[in-house]
Parts: sequence; structure tokens; C-alpha cells
Amino acid sequence: MGQNRIHHHHRGFIANLGYFFTRWGATGHAPLSNMFEFTTAFGMTLVAGFIVIYALYKTPVVGMVVLPVALLIIAFASMFPSEVSPLIPALQSNWLAIHVSTVVLAEGVLAISAAAGLIYLLKVVDLNKKSKQRFWLEAIMYSLVLVVGFVVASSYFTLTGYQSDFTYVDKEGAAAEITYHMPAIFGMHEYEQLSEDKMTPLMETPAVVNAGKLTTVTWSLIVGTILYWLIRLIARKRIAAIFKPFVKNVNLQLMDEIGYRAVIIGFPLFSLGALIFAMIWAQIAWSRFWGWDPKEVWALVTWLFYAAYLHLRLGKGWHGEKSAWLGVIGFAIIMFNLVAVNLIIAGLHSYA
Amino acid sequence: MEKIQCQCGHLNPPGTVLCEACGRSLTEKEQKSKLVDMRYEGTARRSQTYNKSIIDKIWNFFSSVKVGVSLIVLLLVAAAIGTILPQKAYIPATTAAEIKAYYTDVYGSVGRVYHFLGFHDMYSSFWFILLVGLLAISLIVASLDRFVPLYRSLKNQRVLRHISFMNKQRIFADGPGADDSLQKAEAKLKELKYKVTTDKNGLLAEKGRFSRWGPYVNHIGLIIFLFGVMLRMMPGFYVDESLWLREGETRAIPEAPGYSLESKGFELETYTGEDDEAVFNEAIDRVGSVAKNYQTDIVLYQKPEDSLPGATDLEKVKESSIRVNEPLKFDGYAIYQMDFRLDELKAMKFQLTNKETEESLGELTIDLINPEKTYEFENGATVNLLGYYPDFSGFENGEPQTATPLPNNPGFLVEMKTPETPDGETSFITIKNTVEPFGENQYKLAFQAAETRDVSGLTIRKDRTLPILGLGGLIFMIGVAQGMYFNHRRFWIQQKADGEILLAGHTNKNWFGLKKDLDQVTEYASLPAYVDQQEEIEKAEKLESEEQS
Ligand code: HEM
Repeated sequence: MGQNRIHHHHRGFIANLGYFFTRWGATGHAPLSNMFEFTTAFGMTLVAGFIVIYALYKTPVVGMVVLPVALLIIAFASMFPSEVSPLIPALQSNWLAIHVSTVVLAEGVLAISAAAGLIYLLKVVDLNKKSKQRFWLEAIMYSLVLVVGFVVASSYFTLTGYQSDFTYVDKEGAAAEITYHMPAIFGMHEYEQLSEDKMTPLMETPAVVNAGKLTTVTWSLIVGTILYWLIRLIARKRIAAIFKPFVKNVNLQLMDEIGYRAVIIGFPLFSLGALIFAMIWAQIAWSRFWGWDPKEVWALVTWLFYAAYLHLRLGKGWHGEKSAWLGVIGFAIIMFNLVAVNLIIAGLHSYA
Repeated sequence: MEKIQCQCGHLNPPGTVLCEACGRSLTEKEQKSKLVDMRYEGTARRSQTYNKSIIDKIWNFFSSVKVGVSLIVLLLVAAAIGTILPQKAYIPATTAAEIKAYYTDVYGSVGRVYHFLGFHDMYSSFWFILLVGLLAISLIVASLDRFVPLYRSLKNQRVLRHISFMNKQRIFADGPGADDSLQKAEAKLKELKYKVTTDKNGLLAEKGRFSRWGPYVNHIGLIIFLFGVMLRMMPGFYVDESLWLREGETRAIPEAPGYSLESKGFELETYTGEDDEAVFNEAIDRVGSVAKNYQTDIVLYQKPEDSLPGATDLEKVKESSIRVNEPLKFDGYAIYQMDFRLDELKAMKFQLTNKETEESLGELTIDLINPEKTYEFENGATVNLLGYYPDFSGFENGEPQTATPLPNNPGFLVEMKTPETPDGETSFITIKNTVEPFGENQYKLAFQAAETRDVSGLTIRKDRTLPILGLGGLIFMIGVAQGMYFNHRRFWIQQKADGEILLAGHTNKNWFGLKKDLDQVTEYASLPAYVDQQEEIEKAEKLESEEQS
């Protein structure tokens, strides 16, 4: 199976690259300026990271985790508006493209350490005994299913063309409008529903909460949780246990080494893209190289996290399972920066 | 403390773990362990040797990686907490009281606690800066503690090591070899770009030693960067000013002595969605208009060097435009297009009119930035501007007030004298209405038209620390690349008189790569098969734990 799959994958990757450059041609800028474009690119670089590691270690098993996750990320990306957006003046800089493409590439490579870590954990964690490790490993599986839940819920309501309009009062006290694309579970602050025959919100939220996004999250949770339990009912075991047989023959030492190697390759790239290039661009566009805005801070947090990882690895005690957990946590931080900081925290800030 | 004499006769500095000359273990702990600890070549590190005086204790504290990692993690957590709610620089409030009220009003009790704990100004808080300072100290101490002994020991390496050094390396082999094994191994290792030194019956092959300096180089880069950041607090290194410049206006550039800037015009372009912008139509429809360009066309002037103090003659330096992402640069300064105000009032035109007959005595134009005091008409009538309130905000104790110096809502207190009314009539005029404080007037100033113009919000920066920060960043990148994209590999090989081969291998990273090299050498030179002793130990431990359970 190994060889075939890999070749397939290269082909998929090239098709993906083709798409990337076509889009570049159409818009006149590198397609890295909105959530859809950035996240799709991340799916691509994840595969690129796998290709690099595969070239070094010839381990198809890493692909077993990376490829489905990359697919999931691209499916996730496709739920966002895919229109090509014009660039506001601050974004019209070559440094932006240089900065963002280095960052996604670095994140793709760093994510490989999470994939290797996950395989490591799938093999070593004992699923027959109750333990913290067993709980968290299953939590990782559950969160992957939640992404599927989001994709399924979004696709369903998009295909059925669900739409419901509201007016509300925002946190600054101004009147505003919003369109929900999923049945409103939560209503915006002092909302009034304009559309008839549509589900009325069960609950109103305070002004600082974006009830529209909360509704989307809740639907994803509901659908994802149903899916999760369906899978468990059908398989009659934990999801982690479903994958366990596939990793039976994995060389743990090699997985540990791959996880570490991915960080070693990714860390300098990340430093260059997320800090140095970002600072150069910010200096040119915003007149200051650093402004402590949430995106910047989370890039710093990610960087500090991997610095801590590298220093912990200097001692023997953190090799193996602990490193594997750290690899997975690193990926969680990257995803948090991509999803939560873009969609939730940035939305809380008045300048966004 | 005394020097430690090894069995081989070499005198080692106190604190040495592995003899500098032959590699024998010198401490009891090291003698008992199955594998030697090769991290710093078993050299004497200050922090591992002295622990008496208070200075020793402080040194040891900062040199510990545990402490370093804790500092990194604390900073990481603090930085993350600062993003839960917006920092004070990003909220629409300026005074301390307004800021406090904003957090409570908008975010409720969470906001109150956040503000109370000082998290709203996390990154300039005392303890955040303290953490960064401690991190810098730790970086310096930890690096010195390790670099000096490591450098010495790698510089003075011997080829022949004691067997107890060899057989406690992670990669180890012993067994019979061929007659020419040593020569062939040397040839193959050279082909693999190793630097080989030989001594009697042994060889030392080494590759990529420079990568061992990577961490120290990158730490130096970080320290230079932090030093640069500190420097910007010193006067003269850093200028951050703003300037509102109106179309047609020439103003002195703040903090840039001798320089002035004239605005020829401000321009705001939005995407039209036409022609080759048609691809953006969907997005433009969804979000409304999208800005494409902000631009101020400027002329930069400088006072000639030989000009007298107080003289107003200016020399043109250059004419260009400032756009977002394309600041104007001169003499170490950079001017950025940051903000704008469209259609600010520039001047207002009035007619002096007889209220009853509607007959006009003529027009006057009041410049809202530099109004004149008196306006004269052909037939001898005059209008005196007694008071000008550019941003009229109401009366206080009968006095008109202005909220800002910007002409947002101009108010004029005027005295009108005509041949008919030589004593003068007083009137207070604003855009919305006219007040006649001393009774009914015969004449009025009737509003005719207003002229507007755009204002560019510019930021003036000078940052003399940028070269230092850039240098720090560059050195950091060189250091990480050096330490992470390269690694240090070594093999020690000895052949005894009876043909028996002893082989040991070590690398600071990438054992996978080391083994790949060794596989080639082993095959070519018919060396005995090697074992990865760490893997053996782990396997044994695992077996043991499985048997117990
Ligand atoms: C944000 C701050 C820091 C960054 C980005 C950083 C970066 C690095 C990197 C990239 C390495 C190389 C790791 C490897 O090759 O595996 C390293 C090694 C090291 N760092 Fe740091 N470091 C930081 C702070 C510190 C601090 C505070 C200490 C204090 C204890 C420290 C002590 C060390 C030590 C002892 C090494 C190993 C040196 C060697 O192997 O020869 N670092 N650092």
C-alpha cells in the first residue's frame, strides 16, 4: 500500500499547487490573505512537510495521520467564503506574501511533529486501563471528529440555503445587522428577528459574545458529538482503539526522532517567517515592528512554546512520550492561532 | 578545590566528569552509569562545581535549564493572558478613569478583574519586563557556563580514548576486523567529508563541529536584540510623533529640526470592481467598499544650513508621495501614511447683509486655520473677529468654549460696523444658528459656502535601534540554522595488535544520520557490527517492567 499511496499523494499535492498558482494569477496577489486561502495553504504545507519527512525517513505511517488531517483542514477551509478579496493598502506588500508563506510552510513542518507524536501515543498509551493519557488521547480523536461535525453542519445548511436575518445592538451600543446561516440557537444582544418562519433563538447573549459564531460552534459540537458516538457504537470501542492495530509495528524511537526532527526543521523557519519577516513587514506597513496585537502575541507564544520544547529535550527525561504530548500541544497552539485568534479573539477587538 | 588526577596521569580542573585526556570516568556516579553523559563532554562547568557563596548560588540558579524553561513558560503564559481582552492601546478610551470604566462597562466583572490585575497593560507592566530581564540574564549565564569549558574541551581532543570511555558511548562496536580496516575506514570517512586525525593505532573522525556553537550564537543574537529594545528607551534613539497635515499646508516636521513638509493633496481610492478588478466583485458586494490606496503627495523642504536663525527660506529636498507600505525616507527618518480625515472645513464664505432690505455690502471669507482679525469692505464697512472657537461646544459662564483646536464646528464672535451702524453690532455665529447677545441687529453675516479639504494623518518615526535589532535577528537566524540544520558527528576507532576493533560514535543530534554514515563505513571497511546501547537499555527496561506487571 505504502508506495502507491505516496505517489498518489504527490499527485494530489501538485494539483493543489496548481490551484494555488492559478489563484495567484487571477487575483494578482499570493492567495494568503484570508481565512480560506490561508487555511488551504496550511493543508498544502502539511503535505509538503510530510513529503520532506518521507524523503528523509521513508515512513508511510506518518502519512496515515497527516493525509486525513490535511484533508480535514482543507474541508474546514472550504467552509469559509472562497471569493477572492481585494487587498486593503496595508496588505499590498511583497513582504506580506513572503511572511505568510514562510509561516504556513513552517507550521506545516511543525505539525508533522504532532503527527509523529500522535502515532507514538497511539502505540504506547494503554487503552485498557483508565488513565489521564487514555482520556486525553481520546479527546484528540474527539476534537478531530468535531471538525468533521463543523464541515457536515456547514455543508448541510449551505446546501439547503438556510438564512435568517437579525438586527441587534453591538457592544458599543450601535445598531447592527447579522445574517445567520444556521438555525439560531443563540441570539445577539437585544436582537430582533427579521426573517419569518425561521427558528427563534433559545437564548440571548451579552453584547461581547458573538452569538452567530457561538451558534455555529454549538451546531458543530452537536453534530460532531452525535457522529462521535455513532462511530463508537458501531465500532464498539474507542476511536483511538480503532487505530491501534495500524501502529502495532511502528518503531517508537524513530517516531520520537521524526517528531524532534520536524521541530528542528520547523523552528528556524518559523522564527524567520513569523517573527523576523513579520517584523520587517510591520515596520514598513504600520511604522512599528511590533504592536502586541493578538496575532502577533500568539505567534510569539507559539515560538516560545517550541523554544521550551527544544530546551526540555536537552535533558533525557523529556524524550519519548512526553515529547509526543508536547508535539500534539504545539499543533493545538497553531490551530488555536489559526482558528480562535482569527475568529474569536480578533473579533473581540474593536479595531478588527 | 584541588585538581583531579586521572589514572592516565592527566591533571583535570576540579569538577571534571570525564578525563580531558583519555575520557575515563572520574566521578563515582559516572563510573556506575551504563552510558557516559556527553552533553558538555564531561567538562567542569562552574555551575556544577561550586555551590558555596551567594554568587555561586545565583550563578547556578540562572545557569539551570530548568529555570530557563520556567522563565520561557511564564512569559508564554503571561503573553497569552494579555490577549484574552484587548490591551488598553486598542480600546477607544484614553484617560485612566475612562479605561477603567470601559473594561467594566463592556466586559462586566471579568473586565473589572482583568483591569484590576493590570492585565489590560500586560506588556509594559513591571513584572512582564522583569521576566524578560531575568530571561536575558539566564541566557547570558547559562551560555557562559557551558560555552567556555565546551570550547576548551573540543579544541583539545585526543584521538585515543580509554576503553571505558568508548564502551559507554551510545554507539559502540567491538570485534575482529580485517587487516586494512583502519585504513579503509579512514578513506571512507574522508569520502563522507569527515575530518580524520590519526594517532598510533587509532583515529578520530569528526564532522560539523561548528554546529555545536549554534546555540551560543543564537543566544548572542537574542541578547543583542533585547539590548536594542532596551536602548530605545534612551532619548535620541527613538522618535514617534504624529502630524496632521492639511492639503496645501506646509508644516515643520516634529522632532526633525530644519525639515518641513507640504501636502499637495490627499487621495483615497477604493476598488471599483471594473475591468481587471472584476474578480473582486463578490467580495466587494459582501462587505461594501474596500480601500485600495491612501496617498499624500508631498514636498519635503529643508532649511538651508547657512540660513540665519528665524529666517523662513526653505530649500526643496524632494517631491514624492507617501502611501501605506511606502513611507517617505530621509536622513534616518521615515514618514508613514497612517490615517486621514476627509473634507475638513477649510474656509467659510459669508455676505454682510442688511436683514430688512436683503442688500449685500460684499463678501468675506474666513480662513478657519488662520483667520484674520479684521475684514474691510469697499464702502468702509468692517467686520472684526472678536473671538474664534474652531470646535464650539457650548457656553460656560457666558463664555463660548471650544472642545478641540480642529475646525469641526466653528463659532465666530463678530462685530459688524457699517456706515449705518458705526457703533457696531455684535453677533455670535455658528453653523446651526446665530445669537445676537446685545439685542436685535440690523445687519447679519449670511452663510454662502464652505470650502473643505482632506487632512493626512502622518506618523514620523526615527528608530536608530533598527540596525541593532536587525543585527540581533540576523545573528539569531545564523545561530539557529547553524545549530539545527547541521550536527556534530564523531567516531573513535582503534585497532588492537590482535586485529580487534573498538569503535564508538557520538552525535549531538540526528542519530539516524550518524547510523547511516556508520552503516556505509562498516560495510566498506568490514568493521564489527555496532549496537545502539540506548535502545538496548530501553528494551531491557521495557522487558523488566512487563515482567513485573
Ligand atoms: C526565548 C528564549 C530562548 C531561545 C529562543 C533559545 C533558543 C535556543 C535554541 C534554538 C537552542 C538549540 C537547541 C538545540 O540545538 O536543540 C538553545 C540551546 C540552549 N539554550 Fe536556549 N534559548 C532561549 C533561552 C534560553 C534560556 C533562558 C536559557 C537558560 C537556561 C537557555 C539555555 C540553553 C542551553 C543550555 C542550550 C544548550 C546549549 C548546548 O547544547 O550547547 N536558553 N537555545
